[in-house]
Amino acid sequence: MRFRLPLALLAGSAVLIAGCGSSGETAASGKATISYAIWDKNDQASAEKIIAAFQQANPNVTVKLEITPWDQYWTKLQTAASGGSAPDVFWMNSLNVRMYAKGGIIAPVDESKAQGLPAAVVDGYRYDGKLYGLPHTVSIPALWYDKKLFDAAGVAYPTADWTWDDVKAAAKKLTDPSKEQFGILAHMWDQGAFYPTMIQAGGNVLSADGKKSGFDDPASIQGLEFWTSMIEEKVAPIAEVYADTDVITLFQSGKYGMFYGGAWLAATFWANPEVRDRIDVAPLPKGPAKEAVILLGLANAVSAKSEHPKESAAFAEFVASEPAQKILADAGGGALSLRDGTQEGWYKAFPSFHLKETYDASMPHGVPYPVSLNTAQWQDVQNKLLAEAWAGKRPVAEAAKEIATQMNEILAKE
Amino acid sequence: MHTRREWAWGYLLIAPMALGLAVFYLWPIVQTLFLSFTESGVFGGYTWVGTANFTDLSVDEEMYGALGNTLLYAVLVLAGVPLSIVVAALLNVPGLRGLSLYRTLYFLPVVTMPAAVGLTWSYLFNGDFGVINHLLGYLGIDGPYWLGDPDFAIYAIAVVGIWSSIGYNAVLFLAGLQGIPRHYYEAAEIDGAGRLRQFLRITLPLLTPTTFFVLVITMINALQVFDLVYLMVDPKSPSLEGSRTIVYLFYEKGFVQNQRGLAAAIAVVLLGIILALTAIQFRLQKKWVHYE
Repeated sequence: MRFRLPLALLAGSAVLIAGCGSSGETAASGKATISYAIWDKNDQASAEKIIAAFQQANPNVTVKLEITPWDQYWTKLQTAASGGSAPDVFWMNSLNVRMYAKGGIIAPVDESKAQGLPAAVVDGYRYDGKLYGLPHTVSIPALWYDKKLFDAAGVAYPTADWTWDDVKAAAKKLTDPSKEQFGILAHMWDQGAFYPTMIQAGGNVLSADGKKSGFDDPASIQGLEFWTSMIEEKVAPIAEVYADTDVITLFQSGKYGMFYGGAWLAATFWANPEVRDRIDVAPLPKGPAKEAVILLGLANAVSAKSEHPKESAAFAEFVASEPAQKILADAGGGALSLRDGTQEGWYKAFPSFHLKETYDASMPHGVPYPVSLNTAQWQDVQNKLLAEAWAGKRPVAEAAKEIATQMNEILAKE
Repeated sequence: MHTRREWAWGYLLIAPMALGLAVFYLWPIVQTLFLSFTESGVFGGYTWVGTANFTDLSVDEEMYGALGNTLLYAVLVLAGVPLSIVVAALLNVPGLRGLSLYRTLYFLPVVTMPAAVGLTWSYLFNGDFGVINHLLGYLGIDGPYWLGDPDFAIYAIAVVGIWSSIGYNAVLFLAGLQGIPRHYYEAAEIDGAGRLRQFLRITLPLLTPTTFFVLVITMINALQVFDLVYLMVDPKSPSLEGSRTIVYLFYEKGFVQNQRGLAAAIAVVLLGIILALTAIQFRLQKKWVHYE
């Protein structure tokens, strides 16, 4: 397997395509079967309930759910799309949407159906003036903290008014080298950690027109240094630690006071009875220039080659509608519904976590996730150079300037 | 003389294998070669760019880094081959009890899924909670972050690479050992040669055809290592710089960054390197391989 896999994957896609015929049933009988592809098994239960509700309202349409794990989802989708046999409706994220829209793989959706959804999420799915996906979930980064460590150190719990200085002061007090205990985890995470701090300091990741890198902005560099300085001051573990052990596991070990992590981890933490009672969540602290929370949402995109475009669009619209959003929230899984006022069921699933407060404080300061046409290409540059800065092998300012140079070259080619 | 009919039967019998080879190996190679001269779109479609991908690679620091890491890995794994000879020799001791048990134990890693191997070893190597550092702690040694540190990662991965291949190689060597006629040893004993002398003068020379085969296969496999790196090193780890292999770079370019043409060019360069190194090995074999 070792050496056959890559070669065969790359060039063998042509072979695969030949084998994947189109699977839509004819519409002659008035009945339509559409396929719906998602990647998260945790959302299978809620997706099945939503499908059942949709089929009840549209008895002529059958929706077939296909779950492909994340690791293979995009490769499989690309291969299928190249051969013209993409699923009728499928999960899309804002990192990939432009590529699929430009490639003519997905069809524009009805703008009016996105009414009432937060702009920070919806705008992530615009390309060339049109909307290419109807968002149905939102992921909010937040500040998780270990109440037990806070109590022991006599530090007040984080609130919605916390600033960077509060984080740093608390991190210092919570650190105890004799117990191998650290105040905070400083993992290199874009959406919830260093992108927000870059923006909170008054900088940016990508200019508003998507043509210029913001990494060389002194404010952006200040946002990056917020993290590396805590590693240098030894209130956060060194970079190698996060490479060796997953941060979510680290935080649950009870040796780390604070953790910038997704609000969606509520389901994971709640499932662990040893952790459930000792932790809680607060909104991201404010930066020196402003408040900013990067919101990412998943959307449903409709294939441009679907044999049942009307039914497919109707399904995507239904998933983003209020009744379906309520079903999603009530399922109490990882995914949080996007439409305002539908989240009650989700909060109730994790009663002791301050999720409502976090949601209410975060949404008004929502900022879209920075994307261009081929985001993955400059993110790769960003991750490699920042890894050196995080490991202390290169000054942050120097790495950030190098990222800007390389990123601008990539953006110029788009 | 063979009749037409016999030829037809012959072709018919090799057809399944030959067709499979053509469809799943030869055709992809041709396509990869073609792609390497293009800039290929994510959803099909391409533009011919001539040798631009190769000139880009020739000045790409990452490519040289990956080349260095891959060669270092190959050398380390090749250096582990003698271990397989030792294991095979031990398994070949006449009258050894529980032979099949040992054989199974040594062969177990070969039939274990690479995903399981990678996951298990990354737990063992874990800098904070790993068994290896825990044991080193008893000796008063503060073990490094084996997989997180660019100076150690490739060595840690090579250990796993050697561990996984010992069983396979040992079985080959064992077959080689058992193919050596007993009467050579009897003759040597009459002439007064000791055990060590017998091993050096009879066993090793007569084992050279097997050794040659094992070295060629091991080198080819080592140059294409991908799974262990992918499974054991986090994509954001600072150690990737010291453990990124050529096929890993190929994966990054082709499947993470969607630069299919450039990725194909990397695959072509790797193919060239493997061909060249294998050709060299075949040249050198005349100097040291003894066929009976």
